[in-house]
Amino acid sequence: MINCLLAGVGGQGIVLASKLIAHAAMNKGLNVRTAETIGMAQRGGCVVSHVRMGEGLHSPLISLKSADMVIGFEPAEAVRCLSYLKDGGTVIVSQKSIKPVTDSLSNTNYNGDEMLKYLGSHVKHLMVVDTEAVIAECGSTKVLNIALLGAAVAAGNLGISFTDMEKTIAQMLPQRFVEMNLKALSAGAKTVLKEIIR
Amino acid sequence: MTIELLMGNQAIAMGAIRSGVGVVTGYPGTPSTEILETMSKNNPGNVYVEWSVNEKSALEVAAGASYAGLRTLVTMKQVGLNVASDPLMSLAYIGVKGGMVVVVADDPGPISSQTEQDTRHFGIFSKLPVFDPCSPEEAYLMIGDAFDYSEKYNTPVLFRPTTRVCHGYATVDLDENRYEVKAAGFIKDPKWAIFPRLSYQNHLKMEAQLPVIAEDFSSYRFNSVTGTGKKGLATGGINYAYTCEALLHLEGECKIFKVATPHPFPEKLALEFLDGLEEVLVVEELDPVIEKQLVYLCGKYHLPVRIRGKLTQHIQVAGENSVETVTKAVGNFLGIPVPFTKLPENLPALPVRPPVLCAGCPHRASFYSVKQAMKGQKAVFSGDIGCYTLGNAKPLEMVDTCLCMGAGITIAQGLHRAEPDVINFAFIGDSTFFHSGIPGVINAVYNESDIVLIVLDNSTTAMTGHQPHPGTGKTMMGTISEKISISKVLLALGVKHVVTRDPFKLDQAIVAVQEAAAYKGLSAVIFKSPCIAVVDKAASYYVDVDKCTGCKICIKELGCPAIVKEKDKVWIDPTLCYGCSICEQVCPFKAIGGATQ
Repeated sequence: MINCLLAGVGGQGIVLASKLIAHAAMNKGLNVRTAETIGMAQRGGCVVSHVRMGEGLHSPLISLKSADMVIGFEPAEAVRCLSYLKDGGTVIVSQKSIKPVTDSLSNTNYNGDEMLKYLGSHVKHLMVVDTEAVIAECGSTKVLNIALLGAAVAAGNLGISFTDMEKTIAQMLPQRFVEMNLKALSAGAKTVLKEIIR
Repeated sequence: MTIELLMGNQAIAMGAIRSGVGVVTGYPGTPSTEILETMSKNNPGNVYVEWSVNEKSALEVAAGASYAGLRTLVTMKQVGLNVASDPLMSLAYIGVKGGMVVVVADDPGPISSQTEQDTRHFGIFSKLPVFDPCSPEEAYLMIGDAFDYSEKYNTPVLFRPTTRVCHGYATVDLDENRYEVKAAGFIKDPKWAIFPRLSYQNHLKMEAQLPVIAEDFSSYRFNSVTGTGKKGLATGGINYAYTCEALLHLEGECKIFKVATPHPFPEKLALEFLDGLEEVLVVEELDPVIEKQLVYLCGKYHLPVRIRGKLTQHIQVAGENSVETVTKAVGNFLGIPVPFTKLPENLPALPVRPPVLCAGCPHRASFYSVKQAMKGQKAVFSGDIGCYTLGNAKPLEMVDTCLCMGAGITIAQGLHRAEPDVINFAFIGDSTFFHSGIPGVINAVYNESDIVLIVLDNSTTAMTGHQPHPGTGKTMMGTISEKISISKVLLALGVKHVVTRDPFKLDQAIVAVQEAAAYKGLSAVIFKSPCIAVVDKAASYYVDVDKCTGCKICIKELGCPAIVKEKDKVWIDPTLCYGCSICEQVCPFKAIGGATQ
């Protein structure tokens, strides 16, 4: 059984990323359960997707300390969900932070670097992805989710290979977006700013 | 058979198609919306699908089709059933011919709702059978069973999934065969017209039939008693999944009673479960429905079994359960130490992210215009249900009340009766206007109420994911009907002062609001501008750093998620900005520009 938690902010393409992981697992003949955030919370709020693959799955929600991997689409959201990570689990995180309106209004000065530092000192295996570089390379802000998936499959403990994910993207996305997303997938895998294995 | 990854709501729709459903009606509401959308996308060609104007209409349209022998499905969220409760209560007495399943999605938490009401209680109240699936794959099969039971007992049945079943995905085995319904058509009979005498007779029949259904449910395939021991867990729906997961974490074993049909309660099977037990923990969300049934049975049969649950504070009384809370409760109950220790500590302060109106949302401009127009005057702003409820957040703070669908218009009238010197505004969205806003307008015209109605017309049902409605003319059968004009409706109802404005032209919008507020009697301003999700993104605005003084008036006045503080200046995130232009209009230093510069 493999559990992967995806966490970020509404509008970052988290639901699609979780669907791609789920389909890639299904293509390998695995059972899958997922849970999504849909509705009011999507409007700029925190969004979390749970993806569970393999045998003996009952709940669609991952338990605390049970995720093999947490994919953070935003540094603070990765920290927020860290209690789900297994001891020794992997965190993939985008280096780019998103300031909420409340932060600009209340002068709390949210700083993503502090979050990345916390992750660096508390996670056994951390991969920080330069998603901005991938976005610049691909010419679209929409590829952030795929860039993170690239790093996630490269990390190796999702049970899904790079080729599996390439096939799933080609199968699931509209033809005209496939090329750009395959580029983002491989760029994501290569654009890891820093990898910490403690 | 094919295997597909389906959301619970999709599984319910596919299951209903397989069961030969002929008419599907509903009103959008999280977490139920995707059922009807899936139905429309996968229509085998002979299913009639509609978004009805509200839940009451949906249930009545389906009831009519069911009288004529078709299988019908109605979808709504839990609070939608409050709107549909009038026809539902009576229909329980009248009964149906073709199978009729009313899917009502409950929302423990609540995650996207006004209440944490429990539809299982509605089943008890209306004396209707209730089905409660524990997973998408079970929902796929159970919806067919629900149709069969409905026809077997000539009664509508309730089907109650909760959010985690509705919005969870699972691998589901799909069966391509489709059950064929041969409808006889409507056959005239006095039994279709409700009268006090008939209601009395049918009440007797219902009371006689419920124990028969309960007996039938005791052998229903998704109700089960498993395991052994002196301690037992009773649960149903998604909580069954949490309970199984908890036992895996705890490596514990005990007797488990899975209740897939909470009403009428499968008494015989429950007694089998209670036999030999000393103690039971009931794991459920919302109300203690299973728990009360077991307490009742223990009293009825003098069973020496202690029943624990919400009533004894062993399960949280409100909010959503999770694998963690259930594992903790089950661990304590079985005397097994609970895992999930050594959680990360000393987390840095995390940013708060409440949901906000999107960048470019026309509601922001509408709220801002009304706020500016009413500056320095005593005014109260009654809101309603939709994306625009988010107008309550800082810095707009323009939703003083919110109760239920359509209530803004009438709450404003009541407030105005209490304080005639205060200017009372009522905000309502286009879909909500058609749903239940119109009677409130008629009430105001008839009773000469002096309030200002602001219709926020964004040409869609935005919050639930952009469903069409009578104002858009698009139907779920792919046809285009005549668009119903809100402005013409208001004029026809007798509203004398009705103007339509583009909210993004702030100056004109503010003047329109001032004129409407000064008008004696009911007045209306329709702010018409489409939701950003249904139009293409315009070029982003940008900040001229030489002119920006860092006063942050744009942030403080508008609270747009695309505008962020960047050191001493502000910055507009081009990936979020929709080019709505209102930040340019509020900047006192002309430091914000559009694409033309």
